[in-house]
Amino acid sequence: MVTDLSSRGMRADAADPNVASAADRAVVAGLDALDAGPQLPPRPGLGRRFVRSVLPPIVFLALLVGVWQLAYVAEVKPPYALPGPADVAETFWTNVLSGRASEAIWTSLSRGAIGFAMSLVLGTLLGLAMWASRWLRAAVGPIVSGLQSLPSVAWVPAAIIWFQLSDAAIYTVVLLGAVPSIANGLLGGLKQVPPLFDRVGRVLGLSAAGRIRHVLLPAALPGYLGGLRQGWAFAWRSLMAAELITYSPALGQGLGQLLNVGRELSQMSLVITSITLILVVGVAIELLLFAPLERRVLTRRGLTMR
Amino acid sequence: MTSTIRSQQEVGMSTRSLTEAPPLEQAPRPAEAVRPAVQVDGVSQLFQRGGPPVLQGVDLTVAPGEFVCLLGASGCGKSTLLNLIAGLVQPTAGHIEVTARRPALMFQEPALLPWLTAAGNVELALRARGVGRGERRQEALRLLHLVNLDGHGGKRVHELSGGMRQRVALARALAQDSSVLLMDEPFAALDAITRDVLHQELTRVWGEQGLSIVFVTHNVREAVQLGQRVVLMGSRPGRIVREWQIDISHPRTIESPAVGALAAEITSELHQEISRHGH
Repeated sequence: MVTDLSSRGMRADAADPNVASAADRAVVAGLDALDAGPQLPPRPGLGRRFVRSVLPPIVFLALLVGVWQLAYVAEVKPPYALPGPADVAETFWTNVLSGRASEAIWTSLSRGAIGFAMSLVLGTLLGLAMWASRWLRAAVGPIVSGLQSLPSVAWVPAAIIWFQLSDAAIYTVVLLGAVPSIANGLLGGLKQVPPLFDRVGRVLGLSAAGRIRHVLLPAALPGYLGGLRQGWAFAWRSLMAAELITYSPALGQGLGQLLNVGRELSQMSLVITSITLILVVGVAIELLLFAPLERRVLTRRGLTMR
Repeated sequence: MTSTIRSQQEVGMSTRSLTEAPPLEQAPRPAEAVRPAVQVDGVSQLFQRGGPPVLQGVDLTVAPGEFVCLLGASGCGKSTLLNLIAGLVQPTAGHIEVTARRPALMFQEPALLPWLTAAGNVELALRARGVGRGERRQEALRLLHLVNLDGHGGKRVHELSGGMRQRVALARALAQDSSVLLMDEPFAALDAITRDVLHQELTRVWGEQGLSIVFVTHNVREAVQLGQRVVLMGSRPGRIVREWQIDISHPRTIESPAVGALAAEITSELHQEISRHGH
C-alpha cells in the first residue's frame, strides 16, 4: 500500500505543488504504522478459554457436591431435610422429563420477559425525564434510589391487596423492582457523557433532537446497559418472590410456585430442584444475553481488555 | 467556489489592516466579494458579573482565504475568542460576524465519537449538513483520502494513533464544508514529529480548499510556520497586542533563517508581555 501511495504522490507532485509529495506521504505512512493504537493481544483460542473460564466453576461445583454427599452420609440433618445429591438428581430428571420443569420455566420466563419489557419502557422514560428536568431529578431521584435498595418482596402484600392474586399483582412487584435500576442506570450513563461530545454535536450543526439521537444516547449506552443488566437481575428476583407468595390455580405454575409446592409437601428434593432451576435460568440470561451485549459495546469503544 | 475565494484572498491580503474597513475602494467588485470571512468588533467577555474581563475590546478581521494564527500565553482568552467566533458562546459586549453559515471547529482533543468508525465520524458531519445517505460514504472516503487516511476508514477511534485521530477530526471539520475553519491548539498534544507532518498537511489542505483559518496556539514557531498573519494576544484582560504579516513563501521550515528571525522577534515580544504579570 505504501508503494502505491508513493507512486501516486510522485505523479501528482510533478503536476500540482499543493498535493503532498511522495516523501511526505511516505513519512505519514511510516508514522501511522509505527504509532498505531494499542495492539490488543489476539483472543485466546477456544481450548484456553475453556480451561480459563469454564473449567474452574465446574471443578468448584463438583467439590460442593462432594461436601454435600459427605454431609448426607454423615446425616448432619435427617434425610427428609437433607436428601443426598442422587435423590435430588432423580427428582430433577423426573421433573425435566415430565415437562413440569419446562412448563414452570416457560411460565416464569415469559412473565419475566413481559415484566422486564414494561420496566424497560417505563425505566427509560423515567430516566430521560429525570435527566431532562433538574426539578424532577431533585424531587424523584432520592425516592428512586431508595426504591433500589428496598427489597421488592416488601411490595407483595400491598400488590395482593390492590390486585388480588393476579398477574397484575406479580407485574407490580416486578416493575417496582426493575424500573428504578433501569432509570438510574440511564441517568448515570447520561450524566457521564463528556460535555465535549455535546459541543461536537453543536459545532457540527446537529439539532437538539439530532444531538440526543446521534451523540447523547450512544454515549450513554454503556451506563444504560449496566442498568438493564441490574434491572433484569432485580426483575427476576422480584418475580420469584411474587410467585412464591401469590399462589393460585389461575396463575399457573411458575418456578416460584414450584418452590412453594415443594415447601408444602415438605419435599426437600423438589425445593432444591426449584432453586437450581431458578439459578440456572438467571445465569443463562446473564451469560447468553447481557454479558455478550455489554462486551460487544465496550470492546468496540476500546473500553475493555479482552 | 474555491477559485473565487482564492482570488479574494489576494485582494483581502494586500491592504487589509486591523481597524480599517475592508478595502472596498480597491476593487471594482460587488461588496459581497470582499466581505471579511470573520469580523470581530469591540468584543468583550466577562465570565462573572463584576469579575475581571476575559477579553476586552478585541477587534479582528480575517479576510477570505486568510490563515491567521492567534498567539498568546495560557489564560489570554484565545480559546474564548475562538468559541465566540464559533457561536458556542455569546459575547458580553461587541459584535461578531462570520460569513460562513457555520464555522467548523477543531478542538485540542480529537473529540471523535468512540462508538463510530473513522468514516462514521466524518459521515455524521455530512449527515448534519443534510448530505444524502448514498453520497455520505463516498464523500467520507474522499475526505479521508485528503488527509492521507486511505484504508483506515473502517477503524475504530481507539485503534488510531493520536496523529491519525487528529487527522480524522480535520476530515470531519472539512466535511462541514464551511469556508471558515477554527482550530483550538489542535496539535498541542501531539509529539513533535507528528506535529511537523500535520503542519505540512494542514498547509496543503488550506491551499487546496481555499479556507479561512483562525488557528489558536501558544507555540511561536508553529504560528510562524503556518500563518500569513500572527496576532499576539496579551493576558488579563485578553486583548490584541501586536500583529505581524508573514510573507515567507511555503513550504516553510524551522531551519530557514527568515522563519527563525521572525520567531525570535515574536518570542521576545511575547516574553515581554508575559513578564508584565510577574510583579
